[in-house]
Amino acid sequence: MGLYVDIQKKLKGFSLNMHLETDGGFLGILGASGCGKSMTLKCIAGIETPDTGQIILNDRVLFDSEKKINLSPQKRRIGYLFQNYALFPNMTVEGNIGVGIRLPKIEKKEKISQMMKLFGLEQLKSRYPHQISGGQQQRVALARILASAPDVLLLDEPFSALDYYLREKLQIQLAEDLKRFHGEVLMVTHNRDEVYRLSEKLTIIKNGSSLIAGATKEIFKKPEYLEAAKITGCKNISRVEAVNKDEVRAIDWGVNLKVNAPIEKDIKYIGIRAHYFTGKADGVNQIAVKFEKVIADPFEMNVVIKNKYSENTQEIWWKVSKSDWKSVYKEQVPNYLYVAPEDIMLLKE
Amino acid sequence: MDWSPMLISIRTAMTAIVITFFLGTYAAKWIFRLKSQKLKMIIDGILTLPLVLPPTVVGFMLLYTFGVKRPLGKFLVDYFSVRIVFSWTATVIAAVVISFPLMYRSARAAFEQVDMNLIYAGRTLGMSESTIFWRVLMPSALPGVASGGILAFARGLGEFGATAMIAGNIAGKTRTLPLAIYSEVAAGNMEGAYNYVLIIVAISFLIVLLMNYFTSKEKRYQMKR
Repeated sequence: MGLYVDIQKKLKGFSLNMHLETDGGFLGILGASGCGKSMTLKCIAGIETPDTGQIILNDRVLFDSEKKINLSPQKRRIGYLFQNYALFPNMTVEGNIGVGIRLPKIEKKEKISQMMKLFGLEQLKSRYPHQISGGQQQRVALARILASAPDVLLLDEPFSALDYYLREKLQIQLAEDLKRFHGEVLMVTHNRDEVYRLSEKLTIIKNGSSLIAGATKEIFKKPEYLEAAKITGCKNISRVEAVNKDEVRAIDWGVNLKVNAPIEKDIKYIGIRAHYFTGKADGVNQIAVKFEKVIADPFEMNVVIKNKYSENTQEIWWKVSKSDWKSVYKEQVPNYLYVAPEDIMLLKE
Repeated sequence: MDWSPMLISIRTAMTAIVITFFLGTYAAKWIFRLKSQKLKMIIDGILTLPLVLPPTVVGFMLLYTFGVKRPLGKFLVDYFSVRIVFSWTATVIAAVVISFPLMYRSARAAFEQVDMNLIYAGRTLGMSESTIFWRVLMPSALPGVASGGILAFARGLGEFGATAMIAGNIAGKTRTLPLAIYSEVAAGNMEGAYNYVLIIVAISFLIVLLMNYFTSKEKRYQMKR
């Protein structure tokens, strides 16, 4: 059971070479724009055709280049939530929800009203898509897809068309709505927060192929690769050279740091999340602070520093909550920043 | 004043637009679906040719096709006793061929402007290709298709060159408004031509107004999204 994808396709500028496997549940696919993640979903849905490879869903072969199998999108039973929702502008909410239901007239009507009830859309029944809000449009699109009873649900940047304040609300709502869906869910996004909140499993994509796959929280903790650290939001990255079996020299910061052993040969970088620094003298690793600037966020301070005892080094970002900034540090930049060895991520190229 | 040219013109244009509308829309749908870009370009070139060729050349080609001594023309006479050249049918054929590219190109442009995600969504939701065409593509492209139809109607109404070649200028039978104007002027009767000119200017202006109405509708619709 599950979805098995192994496809290759030549595209402008790069080649897609994607391998994905799911076994139920929610899979997040994280990657920078233009890395081929939407193309992967389109290939799974049958909108685009890969050059070679296989797509198998619960023992049903959807695509096989060798056996010359290529099911039409109509026959794949795959729901696709488009970035712009793709609601039919000439149909009402009710009409839109009905298009994917293949049932006799009376049962179809029942199914439509059942879906509208489930999604709380009864009030909007006879409205047109342009007459409802972006968040409501997303719910109509989701109701329309689930009404067609697909085996898999593909979400293509589902929140990117929404205002910031609506986004968080709808992320929670989507997670709620999807509890009623018992198939695989694949969500493509470039937003790390969405992935962290919604998906149990994660695949990170770089230039058309998957870089690392596993449990979401595990990957955020230990991204292993430079690209994975960047896309999961790591602010501080430096090139390194191994000094000892548990010590590296961070070239870009001009400082030696203790890390968790062992340091494998192919470790070329380290990453330190901006939240993991502290001004309290409790770590083995200390960096003397040359203050650069402070940038205030609504609930956080971004303190930008450089190494005091080294010339021509890169900036280091430290994020600290406003309450700590006031109570612990008295709004003063400490003389040293500390970081624990276990909070330093060792990264491969 | 002889009203027959006006009646013939209206009848011809009305009949022609019905044929052109379906031919043009189906041709547009077919080209829109073609996957090979090369084939698309070549077929598009052929279908657009009547728009850029001098109407007399189109008329010549039609004459060459339907002439009673040519295979197709002979076949029609021998088996159906139908003679196309210099008949009212010929005025319709000329109008259809000349106005076809306008209809086809407008419809194709309208289809190509429709958000492809709508079509993809229809497919993933299991809608058949013909349902997608009639319930998704066509309604979304309707303002563009309609204004193409109006443009093609106007072009058919004003058709002169090809009509003169294949249908001739037979009073009460194939003499349309443009041909009547030509005949009146050729006979030195400027007064008579004047009336026909007025009629055709009035109708054409009305058509342009109608088109503007449709295009403004299209814009409003896009703004709402």
